[in-house]
Amino acid sequence: MADKNEILAGLAEIVAEETGLDAAEVTLEKSFTDDLDIDSLSMMTIVTLAEEKFDVRIPDEEVKNLTTVGDAVSFIEGAQN
Amino acid sequence: MTDVVITGLGATTPLGGDVPTTWENALAGRSGVRTFDNDWAEKYDIPVNFAGQLVVQPSEVLTRPETKRMDPSAQMAIVAAREAWADAGSPDVDSDRLGAAVSSGIGGVWTLLNGWDTMKEKGAKRVLPMTVPMLMPNSPVAYVSLEFGARAGAHAPVSACASGAEAIAAGFEMIQSGRADIVIAGGTEAAIHPLPISAFAAMAALSKRNDDPASASRPYDTSRDGFVLGEGSGIVVLESAEHAAARGAKVYGRLLGLGMTADANHIAAPEPNGAGQTRAMELGLERAGLTAADIAHVNAHATSTPVGDMIEARGIRGVLGSHADQVLLSATKSMTGHLLGGAGALESVFTLLALHNRVAPPTINVTDPDPELEVDLVRDTPRDLPAEGQLAAINNSFGFGGHNVALVFGTA
Repeated sequence: MADKNEILAGLAEIVAEETGLDAAEVTLEKSFTDDLDIDSLSMMTIVTLAEEKFDVRIPDEEVKNLTTVGDAVSFIEGAQN
Repeated sequence: MTDVVITGLGATTPLGGDVPTTWENALAGRSGVRTFDNDWAEKYDIPVNFAGQLVVQPSEVLTRPETKRMDPSAQMAIVAAREAWADAGSPDVDSDRLGAAVSSGIGGVWTLLNGWDTMKEKGAKRVLPMTVPMLMPNSPVAYVSLEFGARAGAHAPVSACASGAEAIAAGFEMIQSGRADIVIAGGTEAAIHPLPISAFAAMAALSKRNDDPASASRPYDTSRDGFVLGEGSGIVVLESAEHAAARGAKVYGRLLGLGMTADANHIAAPEPNGAGQTRAMELGLERAGLTAADIAHVNAHATSTPVGDMIEARGIRGVLGSHADQVLLSATKSMTGHLLGGAGALESVFTLLALHNRVAPPTINVTDPDPELEVDLVRDTPRDLPAEGQLAAINNSFGFGGHNVALVFGTA
């Protein structure tokens, strides 16, 4: 089971691969759309890859609630339990 | 009618990662065909263990996110399109007057089959959301349209191994009909995957010369035993002559006309008497306002198959008559392998460079020419085209399904 820091690091790696951003820019307070310029298709790709990486399920209807990187980290942390 | 000129060239091929390297290696008569650096032949019991493989992988020149979002076929098209656009001087053009026409014969076969492998191994939830935008055969042209802001239209006519030539034809029509001033046009293919290789081998279409891959593609040689799969992309920048002149663009040559026909005869085999191919060449000459006597060079489709090569060669002789004795015939697939949907576009790049530099590239591996061949074949080393006057050349492309495209190019 990954802790919050490990989830952030893993998620940042996925986002960096998908967007070309530096992983260090992917911090908890960043908004996926407003700060990281991630469109809905890229967001679904990130979700799919995160589900595999952390062995969790992120329902499609939940994705719209994941506004910031912190929201996603918290959801994944909770979903692991 | 609006005259159409070519102001930019781009390519990534088994002979090089760009046009200058590809052309230099073609003139030197080098082969881009080599044995696979993998275990496919053993693992899948595939009877063919070689192909014309890219020298420079797109991942070496594209960013990581670009390679993740594009099928290899689109990656190759983008690499070639960037080179062609820069070569054209990155023209300043109204987005609504810029078009794109880039085809693939097979489409995103790697994406499709990787997605299916993922689904079988891990289930539907692991199938990536980008799968459809990557596998669709219009994906390369859509990415080209996105990259350059081409809003006059983006087209991907699909006709197997004639696709790249048909895309250039589509670009020509866009300019001639007044829809665009510039069109980025060409073809791309990334089908060196175990499944297409096995499928082509199942048709007995591929050469099995595993012990000597560099000599396997040997159009018109009596011992030819099938085509060699290749991969890559060729892109040309088509432009109305008026637009090109207004901005003082350098011009490689002109697209004078084209002929397109269909055999309506067999799903894979060419019509035995080559009537459809011949008619395409005749229509191309007619539309170009030329006669056989004006043709100095032909870049043949010639894939190195026992049947196909001579059907085309007889057709060329039929169309050009005794003038064929003075026409320099080149079969560049002998060096690149067969790029399928990329072939007609790459060979258009070769044809334009031949006219521009007044030199016909060689055909390699022909040690014993088919005795029936009645056209002057350029073998092993390049040969000069006439140094003076206007020259014209034909580039033939034919595809499974009976598609025939003859593009007629002229010097600038």
